[in-house]
Amino acid sequence: MKLTLKIWRQANAQAKGKMETYQLEEVSPDMSFLEMMDVLNEQLIEQGIDPVAFDHDCREGICGMCSMFINGEAHGPDRLVTTCQLHMRKFKDGDTITIEPFRAKAFPVIKDLTVDRSSFDRIQQAGGFVSVNTSGNTQDANAIPIDKHDADKAFDAATCIGCGACVATCKNASAMLFVSAKVSQYALLPQGKVEATDRVLNMVNQMDEEGFGNCTNTGACEVECPKGISLENIARMNREYLHASLKG
Amino acid sequence: MTLIASSIGRKFAMALSGLFLVIFLTQHFAINITSVFSAALFNELSHFMGNNPLVQFVFQPILILGVLFHFTLGFLLEIKNAQSRNVKYKTYRGAANAPWVSRNMILSGAVILSFLGLHFYDFWVPEMNYKYIEVLPLNSERYFEELIHKFESPVRVGIYALSFVFLSLHLYHGFSSSFQSVGLNNSYTKALKTFTVAFSIVIPVGFVFIALFHHLTAF
Repeated sequence: MKLTLKIWRQANAQAKGKMETYQLEEVSPDMSFLEMMDVLNEQLIEQGIDPVAFDHDCREGICGMCSMFINGEAHGPDRLVTTCQLHMRKFKDGDTITIEPFRAKAFPVIKDLTVDRSSFDRIQQAGGFVSVNTSGNTQDANAIPIDKHDADKAFDAATCIGCGACVATCKNASAMLFVSAKVSQYALLPQGKVEATDRVLNMVNQMDEEGFGNCTNTGACEVECPKGISLENIARMNREYLHASLKG
Repeated sequence: MTLIASSIGRKFAMALSGLFLVIFLTQHFAINITSVFSAALFNELSHFMGNNPLVQFVFQPILILGVLFHFTLGFLLEIKNAQSRNVKYKTYRGAANAPWVSRNMILSGAVILSFLGLHFYDFWVPEMNYKYIEVLPLNSERYFEELIHKFESPVRVGIYALSFVFLSLHLYHGFSSSFQSVGLNNSYTKALKTFTVAFSIVIPVGFVFIALFHHLTAF
């Protein structure tokens, strides 16, 4: 396959970036998108050009590091996959592919396609945890009976890998799908109910302070989420938040 | 952070004010449709709505405040949301993952707001003038005549019809969406979405039908 790549290049956080065009030949349809980027970078290094910086780690679709906005969609045109699981067979010979970083005020560009998603870490730190007594009297989690329906819903929410595709996709750069998944995975379980009030208040407060936009229920986040996190979680978070606010 | 200052609190506020306006819209339609088959009933209902103290001095101000609140908060949220992505994408395929109507509520809302301006000019301003400025004598028979007089103009009927297309689009996303905003997403959601589609078609089409009916039967 021969491809034309239009890629956002930005030397650092302060620099003014722009789109650069590169030609790439002999791309195998069996390559993953990141392997294609590796080939491009080898070509750029040989030409004495600074390679394109992009985030990646496990390349198995579970770490949430890869974060490219490909042809106008987070993680590209495929569904329920991260960029590393997107394959070049999804494109045609001669295609022009536009690659940009995830865009949000709360995700500032570090370099090229790499963005700072530490705002998600701060939201998580604000309440996305369960305090556990480590004195030796901790109850075995498996000994606590949990309704299968709730356990399944909690597990579904817990599959969120925090990649930020929901923010990147949302026209408002809203982080509500991410935050709601983190709130839900605990809210549904007895272990999480103890701190439920503080958790949702603190996490939503942190989300707002980070500068994410407001959810307008377009549903784009759910469609583009590589883990298929449901909008039901946002509704649950809204209920939790209302309940917590009234409870104080 | 107080509830109303938070992003979720504002979602609640948008949803609840929107649902309140939907209730008003339904009531407005229920009264207007009577004009198609009974001028006397329409006059009777309009006279009641126009002269009942509870409606005039309690419900009407609440309604006006509700409209002002809904569109003011809508515009403020739109500005805030636009600021949340300070650098725009070069390529953004919004249509790949969300319907046009859900991404353009501010546009449909702005058209409806413009229409409300015309609607107030057509009906509310003359009504206020009649009752409180010129203080003309009570006349319970005048409402039907005033209504059909307004729909004599094909341009006005056309503007009304176009506005109701945008109202339909606004309702199509806004009605079921407001339930999601207040935290209701459950086994009834599918049925609610079906009802929303029906509601967003029936009510606006009904209003257009009323306008067209009076326009075509006025001659």
